[in-house]
Amino acid sequence: MYVAVKGGERAIANAHKLLAEERRGDPSVPELSVEQIASQLTIAVHRVMAEGSLYDPELAALAVKQARGDLIEAIFLLRAYRTTLPRLAYSLPLETGRMTVRRRISSTFKDVPGGQILGPTFDYTHRLLDFSLAATNGAAPAAEPGPADPPAAVPGVVDILDRQGLIEASAPADPERPIGDLTREPLNLPAERDLRLQNLARGDEGFLLSLAYSTQRGYGGSHPFVGELRVGEAAVEIEPPELGFPIEIGEITLTECQMVNQFKGSKSEPPQFTRGYGLVFGHCERKAMSMALVDRALRGRELGEEPNAPARDEEFVLMHSDNIQASGFTEHLKLPHHVDFQAELEQIRKMRRRAEEPSE
Amino acid sequence: MTSPARTSPSRTAPPAPGFADPVLDAQRCFRSLLAALAGPMQALSLDACPPSPPEPLGPAAAAVALTLFDADTPVWLDPRADRPEIRDFLLFHCGCPLTPEPGEAAFALLLDPAAAPRLSAFRCGEEEYPDRSATLVLQVDAFDPAGPVFRGPGIETSRRLAPRPLPPGFWDQARANHALYPLGVDVFFVAGAQLAGLPRTTAIEEAV
Amino acid sequence: MTNPAERVTNPAERVTNPGYNYAYLDEQTKRMVRRALLKAVAVPGYQVPFASREMPLPYGWGTGGIQVTASVIGPDDTLKVIDQGADDTTNAVSIRQFFARVAGVRTTERTAEATLIQTRHRVPETPLREGQILVYQVPLPEPLRKLEPRETETRRMHALSEYGLMSVKLYEDVTRHGRIATSYDYPVMVEERYVMAPSPTPKFDNPKMHRSPALQLFGAGREKRIYAVPPYTRVRSLDFDDYPFEVQEFDTPCALCGSSGVYLDEIITDDQGGKMFVCSDTDFCAQRVAAAGDSQGARDPQGAGGLQ
Repeated sequence: MYVAVKGGERAIANAHKLLAEERRGDPSVPELSVEQIASQLTIAVHRVMAEGSLYDPELAALAVKQARGDLIEAIFLLRAYRTTLPRLAYSLPLETGRMTVRRRISSTFKDVPGGQILGPTFDYTHRLLDFSLAATNGAAPAAEPGPADPPAAVPGVVDILDRQGLIEASAPADPERPIGDLTREPLNLPAERDLRLQNLARGDEGFLLSLAYSTQRGYGGSHPFVGELRVGEAAVEIEPPELGFPIEIGEITLTECQMVNQFKGSKSEPPQFTRGYGLVFGHCERKAMSMALVDRALRGRELGEEPNAPARDEEFVLMHSDNIQASGFTEHLKLPHHVDFQAELEQIRKMRRRAEEPSE
Repeated sequence: MTSPARTSPSRTAPPAPGFADPVLDAQRCFRSLLAALAGPMQALSLDACPPSPPEPLGPAAAAVALTLFDADTPVWLDPRADRPEIRDFLLFHCGCPLTPEPGEAAFALLLDPAAAPRLSAFRCGEEEYPDRSATLVLQVDAFDPAGPVFRGPGIETSRRLAPRPLPPGFWDQARANHALYPLGVDVFFVAGAQLAGLPRTTAIEEAV
Repeated sequence: MTNPAERVTNPAERVTNPGYNYAYLDEQTKRMVRRALLKAVAVPGYQVPFASREMPLPYGWGTGGIQVTASVIGPDDTLKVIDQGADDTTNAVSIRQFFARVAGVRTTERTAEATLIQTRHRVPETPLREGQILVYQVPLPEPLRKLEPRETETRRMHALSEYGLMSVKLYEDVTRHGRIATSYDYPVMVEERYVMAPSPTPKFDNPKMHRSPALQLFGAGREKRIYAVPPYTRVRSLDFDDYPFEVQEFDTPCALCGSSGVYLDEIITDDQGGKMFVCSDTDFCAQRVAAAGDSQGARDPQGAGGLQ
């Protein structure tokens, strides 16, 4: 006669078993391997690494498998693992100008030094279902090989504008000021650009995409151009104090986007182009572009723009970008709330009784 | 923000040992610290102190350091504490940066009460962030039962305790510190393996 | 069903999860949380920002409380976890299992036996004593947030003790409803300095916070805030002279143990409007039933598993 959310231990244990069963699916179908996920669902793995803030394709692939393809759940798994890891060293700033570029485009110039490199992109595919992929034996057609020795360093397109003084100078980093880390220090507002960029780099792709889109539709418009979008591999270096010189510890795939935005000038700034920056682990162009647009939108304080649109509202953006926080708090409504509901129930009954009293 | 350590470990002798069980001893010591601040001005015994801290650092003072100090907390040492054995001990076990400016310290280790800087020399927090204030570890010889009368959060009615010796005019400074509330510094008195807390919330009345 | 009160894990076997530290958090994180806790105790009711970590449980499911508990807990503790007042709600079970697993602590359902109690939405009915620590899971630590969404603004308001907005809101209730319509998460004033959210406990529990002999710690993981109420600290529910604060009263006693003056859950018994009221605090209820010598096992709805 009395059913409540009780008897938790057995129920939880059984729920875990059911989940494992669903994850495995039809046992007559071969099980997915982590290697398969890591090498064939790369965009999913990259998104999990980017928003999970941990560059490890194997662990990200494992998380995708464990989460049954739920990428936010996979990001959560990776984050909860990452947070227990010790800090062994801090890398030197990445030299994205020296990365090995596999894809690199600019929409601001027809051609650019170093060339436009289309690379592996969905951009000009026709979105027709390819039924041949339903068969599993297909080897991919080989692409034509690129130039025998690709340029070692591809200069940034935005630097060209910089040299002509048409784009705002990129403020040099202050070596005295430590770079913030919102995983070690709570975010205090207003936040500087380093923390904003870190927040956006970890932020939910869908949330940032919608915010970026809103700036294009007039909610804090910024008239953007893709100065440059590049995808490739960059070396990670550390400089152990006992050595005194940098050593390379590995290479990571990155997507970098430099947005160039029209700017009519303000009381303090002359008319010029302004910058928005996006940098993301893995191959995540949509995210890198969205990040760059939102980064630019959030620079209002510095450029004298009114915080009159959602994407320009620093507190709104930074406090709601994290999908692990957002999904946790949204989904916590599934937990029992009957104590508070009881309080409300009594309250409403009392108020209704009071409302009915005078008429009687 | 934090300034780098003034010295790197220089001596050849290994630093004095830390906690026997770094994880659980730190936990036990923290619980005593929490009890001391949540129940001010009662002498509590620490049962898990490092065995032989470098002189003149007492067992409780060393335990507090091992429990709370790390790379994120700039520490100021008074001249009596600022000696190679203690620096090595702190750098080896805590990895805390040492700062020459009392006003920049998250923690201060005061082993010489007679020569202690005024409480107002340390960070008392900001209006919007009163938590950004220093915590002082003040080593004394003993706790006497008499002393001023204390009231405030954590004290059911009133309590008395007299750490000794104290810096000259200490209670007047502590009253001024209390008057800054919610700003102010917080103090841990340590003596041997004992500890008492004086948070900024505690009101100090004249001894009757 | 095993009695969790008798489940003891040997501290020697404390590393049951290779690859994770005692009580899950790494020592550096614990130190950071511990420092925040000490400052929280030193400024009762003030929300100390802390670098909350991702936990293996989702945000909103008690990550703040878990981080506080993990930073405080040791092998000498006896842990009780409740959700909605009950020890056997799913999330309470899950969190209790988590700490039994990662910290090897003794767990209990008895309020009186516990040294450390983690709670969501209730303060136990059994009076707490000195030396006990009550850890609240807090979803929204900022009592002014519903009136002012901006952190920069609310932080300023706390700094200046500018709490007029809160009074205006409560008074609007009075003019519209003839009473203050807040029934849970009812704001309190701590030591006449900081307005504080008691977490979504029913206002019924607010008086228990005033001058409680136990130390009360509050953890909000997603919002990255820790705050505290030390023992014997003044906690006043906001009200007006002509509309004094009042707690909920129930017309009927608990259908199981007969207690009145306790907080009750309303249990729907059929779809014809049938209902009964039973204690929300399952341990308190069970103790009362046992004390009355009423050991009708068949009636034991507070202990039996309903969710399968």
